[in-house]
Amino acid sequence: MNLPTEPLAPLALPRGPRPPGSAGDDPDVVTYALRLGDDALVLAQRLCEWAACSPQLEEDVALMNLALDLLGQSRSLLTLAGAREGRGRDEDDLAFLRDEPDFVNVQLVELANGDFGRTMARQLLVAAYAVPLWQGLCASADADLAGIAGKAVKEVTYHLDHARSWVVRLGDGTEQSQRRVQAGLDEVWPYALELFEADELVQRLVARGVAPDPTALREQWSATVQEVLIEATLSVPETDWRPTGGRRGVHTEAFGYLLAELQHVHRSHPGASW
Amino acid sequence: MTSVAPAEGTASVERVREVLAQVTDPEIPVLTIADLGVLREIAVDGRRIVVTVTPTYSGCPAMDEIRADVRAALAAHGWHDVEVRTVLAPAWTTDWMTEDGRRKLEEYGIAPPGRVAGPVLVQLRPRVGCPQCGSSDTEEMTRFGSTSCKSMWRCRSCREPFDHFKAH
Repeated sequence: MNLPTEPLAPLALPRGPRPPGSAGDDPDVVTYALRLGDDALVLAQRLCEWAACSPQLEEDVALMNLALDLLGQSRSLLTLAGAREGRGRDEDDLAFLRDEPDFVNVQLVELANGDFGRTMARQLLVAAYAVPLWQGLCASADADLAGIAGKAVKEVTYHLDHARSWVVRLGDGTEQSQRRVQAGLDEVWPYALELFEADELVQRLVARGVAPDPTALREQWSATVQEVLIEATLSVPETDWRPTGGRRGVHTEAFGYLLAELQHVHRSHPGASW
Repeated sequence: MTSVAPAEGTASVERVREVLAQVTDPEIPVLTIADLGVLREIAVDGRRIVVTVTPTYSGCPAMDEIRADVRAALAAHGWHDVEVRTVLAPAWTTDWMTEDGRRKLEEYGIAPPGRVAGPVLVQLRPRVGCPQCGSSDTEEMTRFGSTSCKSMWRCRSCREPFDHFKAH
């Protein structure tokens, strides 16, 4: 594990956990942490919609466990972004007080769940990316990101195992389960490519050794996903359509409704605490 | 009374450690935070005490309560100048759980974690002994249990369901 190379920051946040170590103005890392934090936060919120609606009781428990992991990762990432930004915003300010165009998650995670097959198809596409992403970030030149990665990589390994077993079970299942998980996969597939977009910010972070190279991530992702789809007797969707824009704050219609549910209690009762 | 309790304010690492040995995990109350390996470091500088803790999982909801319990336990001894630091690296692993903690878990009915084999990745298909009857003829029902750190199992010999603390 890397040791911090910069001096420790003083306690800067008004509430919540102590901000992670390094100080200094680094807008690229702030934005990168926000991207990853928003991805995790929004997917956690979507998974929570399955509470009490899953096909089995054990699956209710499993999906809430996955959501809790993602929420925890998001809290660490948003706390890091807020501390580095230096404007005094903490994880709650960033999660509850930003508006739709300020969120920089990929559109894939905000899409409506659809049925259980579609939800599992998305889980597979996200987890197959998250495992090499966090593995790569364990070696990040940024000690705080590497620290978060050391925990997250263990968690997303479970997420991939969970998604893999469901996609195989549904795909190589009944005629109906195969038809529905294939339909779900076809719908979410085009959105997955946004995970691997290498804009100038990502390229700068790759050059600094802070972020893993999206090209390499995509190769590992493709290998994992193809292996699972073959075992699941599902076909790889073929499409040229590439929706994009989430990293620039452009979102789908479904996102506004998600944010309204996520934020309204916090905004309706400003400053309330337990 | 033959011994005199140390005056409040004379905190030492040893005294603080003794006090924090009473702080338990809110979700598995047979384990102390030291048994779990969540308590990482104690530093005393004059009257100021710095306690360093690390979460088990990123989203562990018990962390806020553990931080509050640490403060309350120290405040009960008159120590109020306390900082509870949370560190993520190095990442917590069940290998940090003490032998004492493993024994307490098993007596409580939770199968303790195996050793994490590799340096990073978790062991996904462990062999787990039944904490009720000791049989190794057990099966996993679901990888996810009542808390992030546990999975649900059942014993095919005594037919009892049980929790397993996942190697992590």
